[in-house]
Amino acid sequence: MTRKESGSTAPAPARRRLSRRRARGNSLDPHETRRALLLVAPALAVLALVIGYPVARAIWMSFQADQHVENGFFVQGGFAGLDNYKHWLLQRCGDVACPPGNTGSSFWEVVGITLFFTVVTVTIELVLGFWFATIMNGKFRGRSLVRAAVLIPWAIPTAVTAKLWYFIFSYDGIANTLFGAHVVWFGDKWAARSAIIVSDVWKTTPFMALLILAGLQLISEDVYEAAKVDGASAWQRFWAITVPLVKPAVVVALLFRTLDVLRMFDLPYIMTGGGAGDGNDTTTLSILVINESRNGFNSAAALSTLTFLLVFGVAFLFVKFLGANATGAEPKVKAKR
Amino acid sequence: MRHARIAASVAALSTLALPLAACGGGGGSSSNDAFAAHLKDRGPITYVQGKVNDNATHEVIARWNAEHPDEKVTLKEQTAAADQQHDDLVRNFDAKNADYDVVSVDLVWTAEFAAKGYLQPLKGDLAIDTNGLLDSAVKGAQYNGTQYAAPMTSDGGMLYYRSDLVKTPPKTWDELFADCAIAKQAHIDCYAGQFNKYEGLTVNASEAINGAGGSIVGTDGKTPTVDSPEATKGLEVLAKAYQDGDIPKQAITYQEEEGRQSFESGKLLFLRNWPYVYSLASGEASSKVKGKFDVAPLPGFDGVGASTLGGHNAAISAYSDHKATAIDFLKYLESEEAQSLFLGKGSLAPIRTEVYKDPALVKKYPYLPTLLTSIENAVPRPITPFYQAVTKAVQDNAYAAIKGDKTSAQAVKDMAAAIKAASSGQ
Amino acid sequence: MTTTSRWRSARTYLGVALIVVWGLAPFYWMVVTAFRDLQFTFDPTPWPTHVTLDNFRTVFDTSRNHFGRSLLNSVFIGGVVTAIGLVVGVFTAYAMARLRFPGKNAILAVILAASMFPGVALVTPLFQLFRNIGWYGSYQAMIIPDISFVLPLTIYTLTAFFREMPWELEEAARIDGATKRQAFTKIMLPLAAPGVVTTAILAFIAAWNEFLIASQLSNDKSQPVTVAIASFNGTQPHVEPYTAVMAAGTVVTIPLILMVLAFQRRIVDGLTAGGVKG
Repeated sequence: MTRKESGSTAPAPARRRLSRRRARGNSLDPHETRRALLLVAPALAVLALVIGYPVARAIWMSFQADQHVENGFFVQGGFAGLDNYKHWLLQRCGDVACPPGNTGSSFWEVVGITLFFTVVTVTIELVLGFWFATIMNGKFRGRSLVRAAVLIPWAIPTAVTAKLWYFIFSYDGIANTLFGAHVVWFGDKWAARSAIIVSDVWKTTPFMALLILAGLQLISEDVYEAAKVDGASAWQRFWAITVPLVKPAVVVALLFRTLDVLRMFDLPYIMTGGGAGDGNDTTTLSILVINESRNGFNSAAALSTLTFLLVFGVAFLFVKFLGANATGAEPKVKAKR
Repeated sequence: MRHARIAASVAALSTLALPLAACGGGGGSSSNDAFAAHLKDRGPITYVQGKVNDNATHEVIARWNAEHPDEKVTLKEQTAAADQQHDDLVRNFDAKNADYDVVSVDLVWTAEFAAKGYLQPLKGDLAIDTNGLLDSAVKGAQYNGTQYAAPMTSDGGMLYYRSDLVKTPPKTWDELFADCAIAKQAHIDCYAGQFNKYEGLTVNASEAINGAGGSIVGTDGKTPTVDSPEATKGLEVLAKAYQDGDIPKQAITYQEEEGRQSFESGKLLFLRNWPYVYSLASGEASSKVKGKFDVAPLPGFDGVGASTLGGHNAAISAYSDHKATAIDFLKYLESEEAQSLFLGKGSLAPIRTEVYKDPALVKKYPYLPTLLTSIENAVPRPITPFYQAVTKAVQDNAYAAIKGDKTSAQAVKDMAAAIKAASSGQ
Repeated sequence: MTTTSRWRSARTYLGVALIVVWGLAPFYWMVVTAFRDLQFTFDPTPWPTHVTLDNFRTVFDTSRNHFGRSLLNSVFIGGVVTAIGLVVGVFTAYAMARLRFPGKNAILAVILAASMFPGVALVTPLFQLFRNIGWYGSYQAMIIPDISFVLPLTIYTLTAFFREMPWELEEAARIDGATKRQAFTKIMLPLAAPGVVTTAILAFIAAWNEFLIASQLSNDKSQPVTVAIASFNGTQPHVEPYTAVMAAGTVVTIPLILMVLAFQRRIVDGLTAGGVKG
């Protein structure tokens, strides 16, 4: 039983309506359209104010040069064309390659680090989150207490979490003490990255688990019983029933976690300041944005725009490969059938 | 009705496009217009600084308020992190916020804020009397020959050493690292400062560079001078010590607190740190070095080294509505009364020479004479409007040199190139 | 009880134990630190030593910070954000899941795109915008951005849940004479309880955790806990009051746990009231 098949068992009235629409060609009901737009309008208005305005402003700023000093005072830089983008994408500082110690020199390295964090943390969180959710969905005494306990890591403000893990992973901290180790966690590239990944996974697995759990709760026991009667093994039941039915919830969780990690800031900023390894080995794009904003708002705006485009690209690939259907977009499969 | 509502929301959206042109760009120009306004105006003012972590500031303000009931000072505390304080000031100045009258400005931000036109020049009616103030602190509040702020508190690095193990404190780097044999015998680490990649590394690296006779940026605030044999020699001291193990490997993650912790638990022979460590190491219940340590000036190459100057200046916002009150408050902050309070109740290093010689205070803070030596020999960190870029250039490359990822010679060359790129607006 | 089911329940309890350890071990360390004397902050003894309540006194010391008030602010901001975010989100998600209209995919893409811009780059423009209209220090200066931060997730999760629901019940209710709105609020919304409650928890915690915007737009009276904690300071420069931060971190989990426990009941109620599933 797959997701597509469950679509074909759509309730009869809905199917009737679908067929009625097909009979009328693909024409839309104007009343329905108006009602939909009214329902959507408040959300779009808030988003336009809080996100749309800053994004538009950043794009405009990214084509302006940063201020430079004349006679001791900063003056406006004027139109810059694509210079700010060259600074990042081509790592050019004026006519020369950006030297080490300039923010531009680390752009591609930082992109790589950000993607690395994203792939690793989201994968681990998915596996752990699924496992947590499966267990929490079972029946056992103290279930609601366990569910609350699991949420604790996520309820602690990120800044406090970061301080907590900074403290745990410091050289004379509890992690080294417990394991009798002498790891310089925030000095070494991979140790520092591991520390950040552990903290992020610890903090956000509850998010994943909770969403998956909500998906699992929509599945009726009867479906499993029926499958059991048909002789399906636990493994088969997992792949044939659980996975397809929770896929929408999982994909939403995955998608939003991916978008969040791509913009990760507080944890690495507080734990390492972006340092360790070669000095920039835990710098994420958001950290680079903050660092650059202290040099010049316009080049930082170009970097924000590039980050936005990168995240957009990843989300696009995501929706393309994991199915627009599951992410809530108009299900084309259904309409065609 | 419904159409009207849709139309209204569309209209609301389209107005958002308007401020685009007005707000873009960020940052003002030299804003000289504001410099001429409200010079003689008096009234209540707001004083802004990072979260108060001493017992003096509240009292200083209370005493002022008792004597100036019509020109009361309200304290506005920012968060505890310096980065956030910097960004908060920039945002408020950019918004030409008249609510911030007097601001506490970290020494290293002074040039940037002055060049952005945020700070009222202290000339004419607003001039301050710098007699009796520490020369280095006064210079640290100047930019391009103009006084833009009044020094408020100072700070300097000192060498903490285990007096039970080392009889005479080392004066030079050579003597210091020779004493590492003592550390080895005692099975403890030898030397640490602040080598994590953050502002503290700039402090430590510039101390090494300045101590060897090098410098980072020229007096114009933008020409890099760091690509020199002296600077290489200075940086090499730290790099070699780290690779030899005289600086323990974990020190690459040390900020002030980690070093203090190691020293207090008896695991470190020498520590470069600020004065605040003194009272904690001699008073904290967890300290294992009570009565077993002392302070000395930082080591150099031939005699006393060059500490990096720390501290905060007080400045008047160009957008303040009550500048006459503001300058009086600045003068009060510099008075002997306020300075004695800062030191006596808040352990903050004063900017008046005579306060360091007050016998009662010397008795309370035995490190004062050493601190005065340190501050008198101190060199400011680069005074440049591009400080954020310069400090990153120093940190990234000094970090790589200390870890052995590049030679010290290459590191100073890269520092110079990065500073050059930054000061040309990249 | 058969061996398999006994084995299964043993395995469940083992899993539960692992999860609880995973979630609580670092939290345990936080609590231990929270009760430890400030002067022994860096003592790595794994069990409580130098136990004191001083850190909690520091946290609630109104002469040093505004933690108690900020706790209430956070609850208030989180509550309002959750309520408005859910209502707006349910509207949108209903339209997305149930109605046909042009540009639906484009709107969904735009909503998602709102979660793609680096949050750190939103602070300055919003600060300028809200200052200009005199919102500095007001609750709405935090509530409105927070709503926009939670909306994309809210809309996507609710849409995903609404798609999975047995909408034939709505049709049935309408045949029985209910209006479309009644059918939705009386029949469908209770059925959607697990999804809605989950979304509510997600939204509440997102608002609860927000720091960047609040740190710029709140004042002493309106600041939430995240800002209050960031303002904790030692009595000396450089000294970070880790123990007080950990004490505050411990305290802030309590309202969250209470809220989740309260909502748990709703999840269970929603499930049992549903009856028709899958």
